Amino acid sequence: MKQHILPAIKLTFFSILLLVVAYTGAIWGIAQAATNRGKGETIIVNGKIAGYDKVGQRFDKDHYFWGRPSAVSYNAAGSGGSNIGPSNPDYLSEVQARVDTFQAHHAGVSLDKIPSELVTASASGLDPHISPEAAYLQAKRIAARRGLNEAVIMQLISQHTEKPFMGFLGTYKINVLKLNIALDEINKQQ
Amino acid sequence: MKIEILGIVMMILLVMALAIPLGKYIAKVYLGERTLLDRVFSSLERLFFTYSGIDPNREMTWQQNLKALLTINIVWFFLAIFILMNQAWLPLNPDKIPSMSPDLAFNTAISFLVNCNLQHYSGETALSYFSQIAVIMFLQFVTAATGMAAAAVVFNAMRQRSTDKLGNFYTYFLKSCTRILLPVSFISAVILLFSGTPMTFEGVQHFTTLQGDSASLARGPAAAMIAIKQVGTNGGGFFGVNSAHPFENPTYLTNMVENILILLLPVSMVFALGHYLNRKKLSWTIFGVMTTGFLLLLIPALYQEMNGNPALSAMGIHQPMGNMEGKEVRFGSAASAFWTISTTITSNGSVNTMHDSLTPLSGMLAMLGMMINSFFGGVGAGFLNFYIFIILAVFISGLMVGRTPEFLGKKVEAKEIKIAMIIALIHPLLILSGTAIASYLYAVNPAANAGWLNNPGYHGFSEMLYEYTSAAANNGSGFEGLGDNTPWWNISTGIVLILSRYLPLIGPVAIAGILAKKKYIPETAGTLRTDTASFGLITFVIIVLVAALSFFPALALGPLAEHFLIQ
Repeated sequence: MKQHILPAIKLTFFSILLLVVAYTGAIWGIAQAATNRGKGETIIVNGKIAGYDKVGQRFDKDHYFWGRPSAVSYNAAGSGGSNIGPSNPDYLSEVQARVDTFQAHHAGVSLDKIPSELVTASASGLDPHISPEAAYLQAKRIAARRGLNEAVIMQLISQHTEKPFMGFLGTYKINVLKLNIALDEINKQQ
Repeated sequence: MKIEILGIVMMILLVMALAIPLGKYIAKVYLGERTLLDRVFSSLERLFFTYSGIDPNREMTWQQNLKALLTINIVWFFLAIFILMNQAWLPLNPDKIPSMSPDLAFNTAISFLVNCNLQHYSGETALSYFSQIAVIMFLQFVTAATGMAAAAVVFNAMRQRSTDKLGNFYTYFLKSCTRILLPVSFISAVILLFSGTPMTFEGVQHFTTLQGDSASLARGPAAAMIAIKQVGTNGGGFFGVNSAHPFENPTYLTNMVENILILLLPVSMVFALGHYLNRKKLSWTIFGVMTTGFLLLLIPALYQEMNGNPALSAMGIHQPMGNMEGKEVRFGSAASAFWTISTTITSNGSVNTMHDSLTPLSGMLAMLGMMINSFFGGVGAGFLNFYIFIILAVFISGLMVGRTPEFLGKKVEAKEIKIAMIIALIHPLLILSGTAIASYLYAVNPAANAGWLNNPGYHGFSEMLYEYTSAAANNGSGFEGLGDNTPWWNISTGIVLILSRYLPLIGPVAIAGILAKKKYIPETAGTLRTDTASFGLITFVIIVLVAALSFFPALALGPLAEHFLIQ
């Protein structure tokens, strides 16, 4: 083994030069040409950072569309899922509590209309999306709180629905942050 | 049929379309033939070898190759543990992250050294950018290259001749880095970069959200690392939730790219073997066995996840997108299930869904993928595991028909079978005894160890079983509800990691080395052919028997019991 130690140390040094220094440097250099120079794409509202378009944030006020439950309350500096197993009794009662809260804020919405992603925690705790069904369910509440016509909200949702790439690669989804920014815009115009 | 299935079919087709030419290219690299990147890297490699005092053309025996492999691994271990325990004062630490505790640093260094990437820490809060690139990313490159170099030595040994000279580890290692891992990672990192993955050395960003909460957001040089994490079947994420994080895997398309990368090199290695030995039929037989196993795990997992959690259905909850606990809307349940099986059969271990929240049967299929650990498997290492099963299959079919067992013109005798048996049995031994001891410790003192399990009952047992399975398969995914950053888990899984990495590397190289030295017997009409469907079937049955007999009782106590509980 002795005869291999010095070559191993030297080869490690050169590997670091190539694989860590040169490779990272090259990718970082190319990043300077990407959106926001590789620092993450931000959304600016009134000249200030309101968030990142890829990263979900907490919405629990009645005049905004709600996103998905998050095990880390949307802490973007410490992502995490619930890691709860499917049969856990505490989990099942937590889901029931979320259903009850949702129904308390959305009178007349029956259990079989609430899509499960609205009452289950996402993998990252930072899921920026909900399904279109989940948004349509909330339209009535938002219309009432903002004094807007429900049809306007419905139209806004359909405008913000992102379709699968080429029609079959992906899911139908809505970016909650962008939809809520659009809501604020409508109120501002009126 | 849901339209989401089409995305899965598309990924499988793309893997095939890329893996066949890439396999041919890999064979050329290991055969030392001229390839496209010679111009860029030939002189650089020569420079590295000259200044390292290595003669890249010196042919070494299997023992010398293994010594070189193990020595350089030890150097990396000390380098990694030093940086992790001193990251607080080292550069590139904008968020002032403290140094790691000794037991966590030990576990992390080992875990990345063995290409497992079990993470008992969360990337955003526990690692400086320096540790991320100089320890984690560096090891992701070189440990993948180590596995590939070991596979290249075995490829070399399988050629038709008698020799004890089996190529040069350093050449195989460096060429794996420069010719295969680096270019594929480079292209992938650029794709990720322009899809929204960050690549910056700036620290945490503070801002106010739209509804007025104050928020902090972690960033970092992620794109470069995520590429090699997938390419090298490493799987260790930049952020805590790995490829479920919106920065680590921003869109459905990046999800496709990353998932294809998970499978790409493991599948390519199978085709590389065929080109290397000029036995393409053997490649297709192996590919057939592995793909059959893959599909048998995949299809029920897809069905389970797309159907949703039966316990929620029983409550009357509508699950149009399937089981969404621990999943992201942009991927949906089908792409998440596909990833789950891809990442567990290949010893990658990155996740885009939280495995702890999978339906019980999907969780079991993920465990089975790792328990079998040879349907494609890790880059290099996966083929080596399969090689063991081939040797066993040759021996057993030899016994059945009453012929001397032969593999590619070499007699397989007692010594080789002994090594193969030990390697095949060490895997269940480590998993089951680890789980048994942990369960005992928990059972005798549930109060002291209450922090271990995030879930009661059968699922709690599954969390422990999954952890040792993942460690022994060098996979690195987890039922992350397990509170695993404790001295017991850090040290016990660390030991499992070391044994389950190096023994399955040493064993096949030793068998191949011993066989290579033997007299070459040309094939005759009486030779057992190893490139036929019937031999493939026998290999498959042996793999399934070893896994089923060893693991079925443990699976019955965990995921199967939970499945019947909520049906």
